[in-house]
Amino acid sequence: MVTDTEAAPLGLERNANGDFSYPDTHLHDAGVGLTEETIHYISNIKEDPDWVRDFRLNAYKTFLSKPMPTHWASKDLEAIVFENIRYYLSSGTQAKRSWEDVPEDVKRTFERLGIPEQERKFLAGVEAQFDSEAVYSNIKAAVGEQGVIFVGSTEGLKNHPEIFRKWFGKVIPTGDNKFSALNSAVFSGGSFIYVPPGVKVKHPLQAYFRINAENFGQFERTLIIVDEGAELTYMEGCTAPKFNTATLHSAVVELVALKGAKIQYITVQNWSANVFNLVTKRAIAHEEAEVKWIDCNIGSRLTMKYPGVVLKGRKARGEVLSIALASNGQHQDTGAKMVHAADETTSNIISKSISIGTGRATYRGLVHVPKHLKNCKNNTECDALLINANSRTDTYPAITVRGTGNSVQHEASVSQVSAEQIFYMQQRGLTEAQAMSLSVNGFVNDLVRQFPMEYSVELKRLIELEMEGSVG
Amino acid sequence: MNQLEIQNIRAEIAEQEIIRGLSLSVPKGEVHAIMGPNGSGKSTLAKVLAGHPDYKVTSGSVLMDGEDILALEPDERARKGIFLAFQYPNEIPGVTIANFLRAAVQSRLPEGEELEATDYYAKLYEKMDLLEMDRAFTSRAVNEGFSGGEKKRNEILQLAMLEPKYAVLDETDSGLDIDALKVVANGVNSLRGPELGVLLITHYQRLLDYIIPDHVHVMVQGRIVRSGDKSLALELEEKGYDWLRDEVAEPTLV
Repeated sequence: MVTDTEAAPLGLERNANGDFSYPDTHLHDAGVGLTEETIHYISNIKEDPDWVRDFRLNAYKTFLSKPMPTHWASKDLEAIVFENIRYYLSSGTQAKRSWEDVPEDVKRTFERLGIPEQERKFLAGVEAQFDSEAVYSNIKAAVGEQGVIFVGSTEGLKNHPEIFRKWFGKVIPTGDNKFSALNSAVFSGGSFIYVPPGVKVKHPLQAYFRINAENFGQFERTLIIVDEGAELTYMEGCTAPKFNTATLHSAVVELVALKGAKIQYITVQNWSANVFNLVTKRAIAHEEAEVKWIDCNIGSRLTMKYPGVVLKGRKARGEVLSIALASNGQHQDTGAKMVHAADETTSNIISKSISIGTGRATYRGLVHVPKHLKNCKNNTECDALLINANSRTDTYPAITVRGTGNSVQHEASVSQVSAEQIFYMQQRGLTEAQAMSLSVNGFVNDLVRQFPMEYSVELKRLIELEMEGSVG
Repeated sequence: MNQLEIQNIRAEIAEQEIIRGLSLSVPKGEVHAIMGPNGSGKSTLAKVLAGHPDYKVTSGSVLMDGEDILALEPDERARKGIFLAFQYPNEIPGVTIANFLRAAVQSRLPEGEELEATDYYAKLYEKMDLLEMDRAFTSRAVNEGFSGGEKKRNEILQLAMLEPKYAVLDETDSGLDIDALKVVANGVNSLRGPELGVLLITHYQRLLDYIIPDHVHVMVQGRIVRSGDKSLALELEEKGYDWLRDEVAEPTLV
C-alpha cells in the first residue's frame, strides 16, 4: 500500500496488534479486587506522602458512592467486574534513565514496539510504562537544561510538590465521574510535565503505555503544566496483547495552559479488542492559550472518552480533532467538551468516525456558552462513514449557546462506502481490503493533513492493518 | 493464445439472463468495436469481463492469453491485464488521482517491492503530457466534482498508466461534447499498439470516426448478430438496428 514510512514512528505497529506478551512475574502485586487495604498496599509500595494517601482514600469513598453512568452509557459497562481486576502490578517504582538498566523482558517488549529507535530519531523525551509503573523515563539533555520537567507522576509528586500539588486534581476533580474517582484512588504511572515560561519544546515528548498482564487495570495519571508563553507537543501511544478476559484502562489526564501557552496532546490508541478504555481528559486554557487534542481511537472493546477544554481566559482557543474506528464488536463512544468561560473564546471540534461490520461509533459533544459572554465562537463538524449495511453510528451533539453576541455552527454527515466504489477500485488492481482502507484514508484525509507527519503516516498504517483484518 | 477469447458465455443478473451465448475474440494489437441498441447487453458484457459480483456467468468461458479468468476476483483479473474504462466512473472522496494510481501501480509489483516515488511521478507526468493534461489534475480527488469529460479523461489516464493487455472501453463517448470526444479518442489512439487489445463498446458511430476499429460487431439481445469491418458501422448509422433484430431469432452467428 501507499506509505512513505520506513519504520513505525510511534512504535505502535511492529506486529499487528502489539499482540504478544511475556510471562508476568511482578515483584509487587496488589492482588485481585479493591478495598481500603489495596489502597494502603499501593501507597506503601509507592511510599506516598500522607496527603496523597488521604487523597486516595477519599477518592475510594467517592468511587463507592458514585453510580455507574448507566443513564446514557453503553450497557456493556456492566460487564466490568471491579472485584476481578488487579489494581497494581510492578517490579519496582523507580523508572530507569537508561535502556541498559531496564529489565530484559520489558526491554524486549518495547524494542518490539520500536520505542528506543524513535527516541533517537525524533523525540525530545520518552517515558515507557509497563503495567502500573514507568520503567523508563528520559529526556534529552538540551531540553532538560531549559528547565523542562518530564518524569512519571510518582516522581513528580515527590520531587516537585510545589508545582504538582497546586494543579493536581484541579482540572478534573475526583468526583467528576465514577472512573475519575477510581483513578484518583489507585492511580499509578502516567507523566508529569512542566514547561517553564517562554520555553518552546521543539520536538514532541512521548509516553508509551503498555498493558502486559491479564485481568489488569491500568490507571495512569498525567498532569501537564505549560507556563506562560511556552509550547509543548505530547504524544501517547497505547497497546495491550489480546487476553481472554477483559482489561481495564482508566486514565485521568489534566492539562493546564497558562497565559499564551500552547499544548498539543496527541493520542494514538490501539488497544486490543478486550480492553475497556474509560478515560477522562480535560484542559484549562488561560488567556490567549491554545489547547489542541488530537485523539485517535482504533482498538478497544468499549472506549468512552470526551477530551475537553475549559476556556477560562479571554481569547483562549480549544480544539478537538478526533478519529474513531470501530471494528466488529467494538464501540467507540467518543467526542468532545468545550466549556466557554470567558469572552472571545473559540472552539473547534472535528470528529470523523468509521464503523466496520457490527462496529458502532457514537459522537457525543457538549458545547456550553453562557449568556453573559460576548464574541464566542464554536464550530462542530462530525462525519460518519459506514462500511457495511449493519454498521452503526449515532450522533448526540449537545450545544447550548446563550446570549446574543456568540455564534455556533454545526454540521454532520453520514456516508457509506458503496459496493460500486469498491468494485471500481478493485478493477484497478486493489484488493478489497486495500480498496476499503484507501476509502477510509480518503475519508479522514482532510483531518489527518493537520496532524504532525509521523502521526499521519502511522495512522494510515493502522487503518490499513485494521481493514486487512476486517475483510475476508 | 495472444488474445482475449470469449467462448459462448451466458450471464445473468438477478436471475435474468442478459448475455445469451456470446463468442468473440480480441487479439492483441487490434481494436474491436461492439455496437448495439440500448438494452442489448453491451455494458453487461463489460462488467462480466471485469468480474462484477452482481453478474453470474452460467456457462462458457473467458480466456486471457489462454488462461480462464472467470474464477478470478476482479482485482486479480485487473492485475493480470484486464482494464475496464467505466461508463460511470465512481467518486473516491478524499483520495487524489495521484495516490489512487500509485496504489494501483503498487498493487502490480511483487510482494515486498516498493514503488519508487520518483519513477512513479516521472511516468505519471509523461503519460499526462501524452494526454495533454494539466499537472494539477492529479491532485484532485478521484472523480469528485468532475465534469463528464474530466471523468472520461481520468479513465484514459489510468489506462495509460496501468498498461493493461486488454482494455474494455464502456461507452467512453457518452456524455462528451465533440471537443472532449476528440481528446479522449486521441488518447486511446496514442495507446494503440501491438501489446494492447481494445474492445470498444459504443452506441453511436461517431466515436468510430475518431478511433478507427479493425473489426465491428453488432450485439442484439445478448448475442453478436453480425461482424464486419468498419464499413458495418457506417451501414448501421444509415439503416439503424431494426433490420438486424430479425436475425436474433437465429442461433448464434459468428
